[in-house]
Amino acid sequence: MSEKHEFFLPDPDGAVPSPEGYFGAFGGKFIPEALVAAVDEVAAEYEKAKGDPSFAAELNDLMANYTGRPSALTEVPRFAESAGGARVFLKREDLNHTGSHKINNVLGQALLTRRMGKTRVIAETGAGQHGVATATACALFGLECTIYMGEVDTRRQALNVARMRMLGAEVVSVTSGSRTLKDAINEAFRDWVANVDRTHYLFGTVAGPHPFPALVRDFHRVIGVEARRQLLERTGRLPDAAVACVGGGSNAMGLFHAFLPDADVRLVGCEPAGHGVDTGEHAATLTAGEPGILHGSRSYVLQDDEGQITEPYSISAGLDYPGVGPEHAYLKDTGRAEYRAVTDDAAMQALRLLSRTEGIIPAIESAHALAGALEVGRELGPEGLVLVNLSGRGDKDMDTAARYFGLYDDAAKGAGAGDGQ
Amino acid sequence: MSGNIALLEAALAGARAENRAALIAYHPAGFPTVDGGIAAIRAAFDGGADVVEVGLPHSDPVLDGPVIQTADDIALRNGVRIADVLRTVHEAHAATGKPVLVMTYWNPVDRYGAERFAAELAEAGGAGCILPDLPVEESTAWRKAAEAHGLATVFVVAPSSRDERLAKITAAGSGFVYAASLMGVTGTRVSVGAQAADLVRRTRATTDLPVCVGLGVSNAEQAAEVAAFADGVIVGSAFVKRLLDHEGDLEAGLAAVRELAADLAAGVRKR
Repeated sequence: MSEKHEFFLPDPDGAVPSPEGYFGAFGGKFIPEALVAAVDEVAAEYEKAKGDPSFAAELNDLMANYTGRPSALTEVPRFAESAGGARVFLKREDLNHTGSHKINNVLGQALLTRRMGKTRVIAETGAGQHGVATATACALFGLECTIYMGEVDTRRQALNVARMRMLGAEVVSVTSGSRTLKDAINEAFRDWVANVDRTHYLFGTVAGPHPFPALVRDFHRVIGVEARRQLLERTGRLPDAAVACVGGGSNAMGLFHAFLPDADVRLVGCEPAGHGVDTGEHAATLTAGEPGILHGSRSYVLQDDEGQITEPYSISAGLDYPGVGPEHAYLKDTGRAEYRAVTDDAAMQALRLLSRTEGIIPAIESAHALAGALEVGRELGPEGLVLVNLSGRGDKDMDTAARYFGLYDDAAKGAGAGDGQ
Repeated sequence: MSGNIALLEAALAGARAENRAALIAYHPAGFPTVDGGIAAIRAAFDGGADVVEVGLPHSDPVLDGPVIQTADDIALRNGVRIADVLRTVHEAHAATGKPVLVMTYWNPVDRYGAERFAAELAEAGGAGCILPDLPVEESTAWRKAAEAHGLATVFVVAPSSRDERLAKITAAGSGFVYAASLMGVTGTRVSVGAQAADLVRRTRATTDLPVCVGLGVSNAEQAAEVAAFADGVIVGSAFVKRLLDHEGDLEAGLAAVRELAADLAAGVRKR
């Protein structure tokens, strides 16, 4: 099998995490005793799978012939006119089956689920992309599937709720707390504790207790490996900056990881600034949070002075999360990656710009990375080369976008449009 | 001032000497108000509880079912602070002379500072702490602080815990061992899991600490059933539910708490 057909590319370096799951001061395993055996089983099964050529072979085959990897690398010159003349390339994870990068991790963990002999899968979802990918894999593997989704998100991502149900999954609308991604994860953990014997929690991002941050990273690592090779083939050089949006941080970690040894490549994570970091209505965890423990690991979190998690806000359901993966916290503190905050409005303007200049409608999540890339491009100038992870497509966001930009004919439907314009 | 671990040990030893199980009640601080919560704890002691666990409400109570989530939400919306939790511990202990522990998630304690929290909990007269999302492997800093301040560190064990882990956990713990009766979150159940007796047996094989059973117990019959094989019976959601059922009428709620405690206290004596 040639190198170009290998898509399961776990971190060959292995410097982090430590055996206890630490990336410097971040990570670890802060879980109830009832889940220790199950989480240890996932870690052990993953270690076994990494050494089993049949696991890689099956995953490589799925990623090639089901997902459609490798994903394309698209140069976007008309969009780049707004980026200070820098060249901009998009890594097209939106073209994967199910419409986002999430399928990379889901197929890997679905294979692990089968190896562990479990028959039921649960997952959290924010934008619905991880939920759709999980429901898809469960349909493919004949696994029972329950998806937890905050009530706020079931409304703003209604299309994805319908997709999950069409695929045979049960979607549970979570009404506790802020009714968004954080609360969906809480509810999924409650389910897992009660049903752990036959259930795998197919965690959707590079957060959670060890081994999830490393395991999810490894399944997404293909994004950066492919993009690095494709960009070298096309331009003969590495990018000046690799840019991705960061909620929990899985697509960003997938893009960044292959570039970690390339010291001259800036790694730029774009967090959701919502209405502005200074308004308090944001989900910019690395920009404005402090170290703490949420959902099983130590990382940056949005919290008050007594350790209560504060409610995040973003127009993007997929980024509306008060935590972030521990490896991002590590990359921030070591200075290897930089994180900046992008407002709702900047993201929505970038969404419209890419749609109109290139005929590509991105997810609102990915539009945060596009807005960040416009800034980075202007900072770099005409000699600059910027790689952006286009982590998902925007079909699911058309209702939000139509209201935002007043695209509906019916005036009543358009009520509430123009927020922030 | 040193914490009251010895008082906790004496209370559990006293129950054992009477050939009965101890009754341990749980109540979240700040629910329905800080003073109402203190009154509820006193009512539980009046009714016959031997030990009370005071909950420090958390925004993300992933191990709690709907009843305690609701109480935590109410307490947090009312603005409960750690100072209020410590006052609750102080007043409940001072009024009754009974052992009072704190039960909470790790982040609030970590954020406050393990050493500072342990010092202030001991100063308030607390007997120890239960931190169910802090596994033994991550607990070194907390245990050092707790030990220095005379506080018990109560670890939770679960039906899924293998024997070698039980030994590791009980070796690190003090006060008692909290055995989760079933795999799940807090909340009342129709029946207590059949796994509980087996877990208590396996836990006892590793330690001389008292083994107390929690999760799902809500009435005297269940308390008696658990008392037959455990050193203590822990009841939480059933108490909270009494107050939720009498929302807006604290006196009626307190009477119901007292009555439930008395029922359960009779139950733990029927082994």
